[in-house]
This record gives sequence, structure tokens and C-alpha cells, in this order.
Amino acid sequence: MNNIVFGQYYPSNSPVHRLDPRVKLLIVIAYIVTVFFVADYAMYGALFLFVLGVALVAKVPIRVLLRTVRTIVILVLITATINLFFTKGEELLVSWKFIKIYKEGVERAIKLALRLILLMLFPSLLTLTTTPMELTDAIESLLSPLKLIKVPVHAIALIMSIALRMIPILMEETNKIILAQKARGADFDTGGALKKAKAMIPVLVPLFVGAFRRADELALAMDARCYSSVAKRTKYKVMRLALRDLAASLVCIAVFTLVFLNKYLWPFDEMILALFR
Amino acid sequence: MSIEVKDLTYTYSPKTPYASTALKGVSLHINEGEYVGIIGKTGSGKSTFIQHLNALIRLQSGEIKVYDIDLNAKKPDLKRLRGTVGMVMQYPEYQLFDETVEKDVSYGPKNLGLSEEEIKERVREAITLVGLDYEEMRDRSPFELSGGQKRRVAIAGVIAMRPKVLVLDEPIAGLDPKGKQEILSLIKRLKNSFSPTVIVVSHDMDSVAENCDKIALFSDGEIARFASPREIFYDDELLARTELDCPSVIKVAKELMKLGCPLPTRPVRKEELIAALTQGGRHE
Repeated sequence: MNNIVFGQYYPSNSPVHRLDPRVKLLIVIAYIVTVFFVADYAMYGALFLFVLGVALVAKVPIRVLLRTVRTIVILVLITATINLFFTKGEELLVSWKFIKIYKEGVERAIKLALRLILLMLFPSLLTLTTTPMELTDAIESLLSPLKLIKVPVHAIALIMSIALRMIPILMEETNKIILAQKARGADFDTGGALKKAKAMIPVLVPLFVGAFRRADELALAMDARCYSSVAKRTKYKVMRLALRDLAASLVCIAVFTLVFLNKYLWPFDEMILALFR
Repeated sequence: MSIEVKDLTYTYSPKTPYASTALKGVSLHINEGEYVGIIGKTGSGKSTFIQHLNALIRLQSGEIKVYDIDLNAKKPDLKRLRGTVGMVMQYPEYQLFDETVEKDVSYGPKNLGLSEEEIKERVREAITLVGLDYEEMRDRSPFELSGGQKRRVAIAGVIAMRPKVLVLDEPIAGLDPKGKQEILSLIKRLKNSFSPTVIVVSHDMDSVAENCDKIALFSDGEIARFASPREIFYDDELLARTELDCPSVIKVAKELMKLGCPLPTRPVRKEELIAALTQGGRHE
């Protein structure tokens, strides 16, 4: 169960961990938009360095960060392959029977692969340095203007935080049930796909029964404490912007601006090639 | 010798920031026919230890032998091991899953690869042994039973595998006094039928003192003492060090001795205390 890294918090006390989660969330959103505007190889390289730099400051081992990419390796390979073979361009590199590879196809495949990996890495850093609870708080805070048009922001945030809270509990429960059924001689590892799926029934049924039982108990417990979704409540942890949030924002804005400058004004790749000419 | 454990060490999530050592060099010999209690604070390594006995946790370092099954072998015979060591987990009633009691109890024997007839025979025997009516219960859904009945069905599911060693993790947690007594006498019945060796993890000192031949006291991932209940519960220094509570019988005996009432023996069980009070040790 320890191999699900995406969404797994990596505890540490780095400046990145201490950033206001709202700021981190906004930066990641801006980053995702920005990645689609990266034009040159040099800029891709620069962004990779930027992400690695942030990981370094966050004290997240590069090994842990790179593990998140494993989950999308197949997606990256498929996308890159499709683009390699099906992009039509002007400069033909390989032509063998019906297969035609153009220079533009190679370039597009490489850049798409890089883009996908970049898209995975930086948001993973967010979840590695921010607890799910902080993230929920941040989303609630950022969505709060929607309260004006009667969107039940608080209820949504509560549902999210309960769901997040239940994930580790249900995982632990799954582990326990798997152990119990293993002790009764269950075999989850051998046989074909159908046999393996069937072997999961003795795990899934108690898991569902347990989930409903827990939901019931939680609802009762909340009721017993007079929970009401309309009541005004204060926060245990109040989020406050600090100087470091401003600093982090400025650094990121600078990097993101560079991306747009590169796309529309400064073609880095050509400039670098010109140096060597 | 039914179970032999040597120098067992185990770390959860090694090489991560979450790493925590649950067992530090635990060694234990349990003979066939013994009723062993495992006690200790939460997080002292009890559950981790018993899960090793059934190979639910892969060995990291140390040696374990259960009868002639060597868990250090490259490919230990897990099926045979799980038929030999029956494990009743905490709140086993939460693991019931099948439509009928009969089907649920037959899950274990089926996994052992027994014949239809053999399975049927064992299921009938197991359900009867836990004190339920086979004919009445077999076609009922396990989800419509009462809490105590569910727990018995779950235990039946384990003993239908006819384990030679029965391991129970907190078998009486969350039961009322009557339910507790019923489960405890059930365990005794099982011990006398085909599971001569019983290992019980418990926080209930009274039941441990009353039933166990020997107690393994876990503290911080180590065995602080493996001895009879008498030796452990009369060792005040050990109790204080491991923050252990005394069974009520022994509390009474200690109070009496403190008040100057000489007892001829150091009683552990209820009858022993009564005998000590009625026979010897009359006040001058």
C-alpha cells in the first residue's frame, strides 16, 4: 500500500512546507497553465531545473519526486509514439514502407513527453509538501466568494475533508481484512485476472459493510454534537499570508513570465544556436 | 516444541520518514499444550509479533519455526502453515462476507483444498463447537446475527481449518461480561478439542491471570518477561516499570497482605484466593 505516492504527504519542516497552502495552490494552477506555453528546449530545461530547485528547498528527495512520474510512464510513451508517427511535416527523416517520420514529429514527441512529465512533477510537489487537510482548507478559502451565489462551499469542503480523512482509514481496514482472509488461507497472488478478481470478494464485501457502518457512526457522532452546516464556525488553524508567501510568489511569477517572454519575444534555442555559429 | 522464535526484529516502512521499529530481537519458545497470554501496552509489538506466526508479515530478520514448518525457508508452505496456525483477528466479526453462515465458515477449509464432504463435516463441527445450532444457523445471513453470534461464526471460520495452534487477538474486546465468559470458555473447549496450543493477546488482566499458563509481557518491542502469571503479577518492580495493571484477584491478595493478613500461598486465580482465605492464614 506504500506505493501510492501521488497525494502522499512527505513530512519535513522546509520553507515550502510552511508556505500558505492557498498560495501554493494558486502557484500550481498558474504553473499548469504556463507549461502549455513552453516553446523551446532551453525553456523546458530551465523549468526542470526550477522544479528540482523547489524540491531541493522543500527537502523532498529527488528519488521520491521522480517516483510520481512512474504512474504516467505508459501514458507518456503512448502519446509520444502516436505523435512521432502521425505528425506530418516538411523535413522527412525516415521513410520505410508506410512509416514516415518527420523532423517535426520527433520534436513534437519529445516536447509532449517533457510537458507531461513537467505537468506531473510540480503538482506532485504540492501534494508532497501540503497535507490533504491544508489543501481542503485552501480550496474552501479560495472558493468562498462563491458563497455569494449560494454555493454551499463549507459543505463541499467538509465532504472533501471527510473523504480525505477516510482514505487512510479504509486503506488500513483493507489491509486488516486482507490479512484476516490470508490467515484463512486466501490466495490473492496467483491465478488469472478472473480468479484474482474473485479472490477480492471476501475483502470488498466487509470493506463496504464497514464503510457504511463508519458513515452511520460518523453521522450520529456529528449529530450528537449538534453539527449544523449553516453555523458560523472559526478555524483551528488560521491561514495568514507571510513574507515568504510574497517571496515565493514573486519567484514563480518571474519564472512563469520568462516562459511567456520566451514564447513571444525571445527564442532561446535560436539565440543559443547563434552563439555557436 | 510447537513454536520457536529467535531474535525477531521488524521495522515498519523501513527507509522512509515513517520508519518505526516494532520488534527488537524477540525470542520465544512455546510448547505444545500451553495457554500463553501476550500482554503489553498498545504499540508494544504484540500484534506485529502474532502476525509473524502466520506469515502475514514477511520476516525481516530472525528465525521462526512452527512445528516442522521453517519460515526462513525460501518458499515456506504457507497453506500448511495457515492450516496449522489459526488466527482470530481483532473484531473478527467484521470479516464476515458470504451470504450464509455455512458458506462463510467453509471459506477457510475450501482454501485448504479439502474435499466437499470433509468441508461439510468440518463446518458442522466448527459451528457446533462454538455453541451455535448448525441446522438453525447454516442458511442464515451472517449480517443479521447479533454481535456475539457474529463473533462466534467468525471464530468457527478459523477453527474449521482445525489449527493445532490457535492465536486470538483481543478475543473478548467489546463484549459484555456474559459474552466474555462465553468466549473464554469456548477457547478452553477448543484447547481441549484440537487446538492444544493457545496464544491470546489481551488487555484484560483478569482473564489472562485466570486462564494462562504463561505470559509474555511485551514492552517497547521487546519481551520484558516470559513467565507464569504468578511471577509476573507479584513482581511489583516489573509492573511499575511496564505500567501494567494487576488482575483484581491479585490486587485483593496484595491488599490483604499489606493489611497484615498472612496468606499461605500467592494466589492468582479466584479459587486459589478463596482457598487461601478459607484454609490457612487465619488471623491470630
